[in-house]
This record gives sequence, C-alpha cells and structure tokens, in this order.
Amino acid sequence: MKLTLRIWRQNGPSDKGAMVEYKVDDVSPDMSFLEMLDVLNERLILDGEEPVAFDHDCREGICGMCSLVINGAPHGPERATTTCQLHMRKFKDGDTIDIEPWRARPFPVIKDLVVDRTAFDKIIQAGGYISAPTGAAPDAHAMPVPKPDADRAFEAAECIGCGACVAACPNGSGMLFTAAKVMHLGLMPQGQPERYDRVVDMVETHDDLGFGGCTNTGECTVACPKGISLDTIGMLNRDYLRATAGGAKK
Amino acid sequence: MAVSGGLLVLFIVVHMVGNLKIFFGREEFDGYAAWLRAIGTPALHETWFLWIQRAGLTLCVLLHIGTAADLAVRAKRARPVRYRHRPKVQGGYAARTMRWGGVILVLFIVWHILDLTVGTVNPRGVHGEPYGNVVAGFQPERWYITLFYALAVIALGFHLRHGLTSALQSLGRGNAVRERGLSAAAAVFAVAIVVGYLSVPFAVTTGLVT
Repeated sequence: MKLTLRIWRQNGPSDKGAMVEYKVDDVSPDMSFLEMLDVLNERLILDGEEPVAFDHDCREGICGMCSLVINGAPHGPERATTTCQLHMRKFKDGDTIDIEPWRARPFPVIKDLVVDRTAFDKIIQAGGYISAPTGAAPDAHAMPVPKPDADRAFEAAECIGCGACVAACPNGSGMLFTAAKVMHLGLMPQGQPERYDRVVDMVETHDDLGFGGCTNTGECTVACPKGISLDTIGMLNRDYLRATAGGAKK
Repeated sequence: MAVSGGLLVLFIVVHMVGNLKIFFGREEFDGYAAWLRAIGTPALHETWFLWIQRAGLTLCVLLHIGTAADLAVRAKRARPVRYRHRPKVQGGYAARTMRWGGVILVLFIVWHILDLTVGTVNPRGVHGEPYGNVVAGFQPERWYITLFYALAVIALGFHLRHGLTSALQSLGRGNAVRERGLSAAAAVFAVAIVVGYLSVPFAVTTGLVT
C-alpha cells in the first residue's frame, strides 16, 4: 500500500506546530497503525530527520498509552479498538490519513503526537481509591456482590484511561473517564465508605483541571476503545445528586 | 440546565394544549384566553397569576441560557487548539444543533410575543381576541410568517429530542436498559409537540380554521 500521511509535528510544548506531509510506500495491510509509523520513523532516522514522537506501550490494546486522532476519530475508524490494534487493512491504497494528538487544554502536547495526561492521574488521586483494608486475596464469595453490580463495576473497570473520550468530546469533557472510575469503585462493597465523597471530589477536580462540561452528545462512548457506555455518566450523575442535593456527602 | 429545561417543557405542553382549543371554535378559544388572565381570582387580582407565571418562565429561560453559556465557554476553553481534520459529531443532528437551535428559539420567542401577545407585529392585533389575531396572522398571503413559525417549531422539536434524554441523564435517571425506550419516547414526544404546534398555523393557512 502507498499512503500519504499528514502528521502534526510540534517540537515542544511552546512550539506552534503544523501538519507535515509524508509519503509512505510498501505498507503491508497486516501492519498495525503503529508499525506503519515505525516504518516511517525508521526511514526518517536513516534520512537524518527527527522521528515522529508518539505514545505506545503494550501494543495489545490494554495499556491505554496509544493516543492518535486518525482522520478526526480518536483511535481511528474502527469501533472499540485502540490505535495499536488498528490494522492498515482498514485503509485503502492511496489514502491520505491525517494524524493529530488528543486536543484538550488539560492534555498539553509534549512533542508531536505525545500529550501529557497527568490531569487524569489528578482525577484518580482525588478519589480513585478505597480505604477498606482488603488484605490478601479473600475466599471467593466471602463477600457476596450482586451479579448485576459486579458486571456493571467490571464494565466500568475496563476503562484504560487513554483519554479518547476527551479527544472525541465536542466540549473537551472527561466525564466518561471520571464516571467509569467513580462507578467502578462505587458499585462494589469495598468502595462504599468513600462513595459520595469520591463522586463530588473527582467531579470537582475534573472541572478545576479545565475539562469541559458534559452535554450528553455521546461522542465519547463511540470513540471509547473499551465501549464504556454513556449511561455510566448517568450513574455518576445520580450519585452526584445524592451526594449534593441529597446530602449524602459527609 | 436539566431543571430549568424541564420546567420549560411543562409550559410547552400546556401551551400546546391551549393552542389546540382553536379547533373548538372562536368562543371556546377566546374564552380560554380570558380564563388564563383570570386564573387565581378572586384570591389574586386578575392577571396576577399570569405575571407570576411570566416571571417564572423568564427566570427559567435566563437560567437555561446562563447554564448553556457557561457550558459553551467551558467547552471553548477546554479545546484552545482545534482539530485540523474533524468530521461532524456522530451524536446526531439534534445534539449538534442545541446551541444555535437555542438562539433561533430565543429570536422566535421575541417575535412570537410581539405577534400574538403584544400584537404589534400582528396585522390585526386586537387585545382579547386571540382567535381573530391568529387567523389574521397566518393568512395564506403571509405564508413567510407560517414558514418562520414552522422552522422555529421544528428547531424546538430537535431541541427537545436531545434535551429530554440529556436532562434525564443529567438527573441520573438514564440507564442502559431504559436508554432505548427513553430515547424513543423523547423522539415521539418531540414529534407530537411539533405536530401539535404546527397544526394551528397550517390549519389557518390552508383555510381549515377561518
């Protein structure tokens, strides 16, 4: 396959940045999107140019490091798939592909396609923990959890914190991530002691960091590589109202 | 946003039911309009209730615009550098047009009050005779007014389509099991409101109500 890539190049946080065009020949349809960028970078290094910086780690779709907006879609055109698990067979020979970093004020660009997602860590620090001593692995069923709650918590726990929800949101909101983290703990018995403080603290931190507000457009859930559903935000809202209007927050 | 919008939806429903009384004839429609001014009497002076309601509605509209503006400003701040390549949002036409749709609705409400409440832009504009004013306002030769009303009401339909489900979600009432049903119910409700509101001007324009 022969492709034309238009890639966002930005030398550092204070650089203005621009889209730069590259031609890549001999791309195999079996390559992953990141392997295709590896091929480009190998050539750039041999030519004495600066390679394109991009985030990646496990390349198995579970770490949440890869973060490319491909033709305007975070993680590319395939649903429920991370960039590293996206393969070039999803594109056609001769395609032009635009590659940009996540765009949000709380995710400043470090270099090229790499953004700083410390803001998510700050949201986690605000409430993404439990204080109940859980000790060593307990016996199965020692603490019964209703099956629907366990399933729902597990679904929320699938969030890998990649930030695609923020990148996709027309409001630049990180509410799907926040909701996934809040509900993943809030539905489990071990998460109950901090349940209503957690939701308020995490939402406040989210807002203070400069993320936008949720208007339920549903863009996030379409972009989410783990398919976290929009009603997770509805559950967060319910807990938030119980905590504030209902007076459940201590 | 959800609470002020919800109160405005209640008004929209009651207002539409009132409008439909035009199909029962001049007497009933004008009588209903006169009753609206008399609600609460003799405990309240005539039109007091009306003014309390107007104040409440104005407050709701201002709160609704205020919270919407806050969200829009936060959204703009949250993405200072825009995408070079950005397809249209996938969340649907209704979700995409909430802000501009709202602006259209405000402009419409201003015109609508001048037309059928104050009467300054109505060709007849006789106080206390809404039936005659409505009929005069939507005559076939004033088709552009009917068209403007139609566009505004359709904009309202889209606004409700997204607004209703969004409000339920914001109030924590949505969940995956109910989501489909709620979304369908919101669509049906929005269509019913559009049809209900448009039936009156179109009935006049086509000569059904004279």
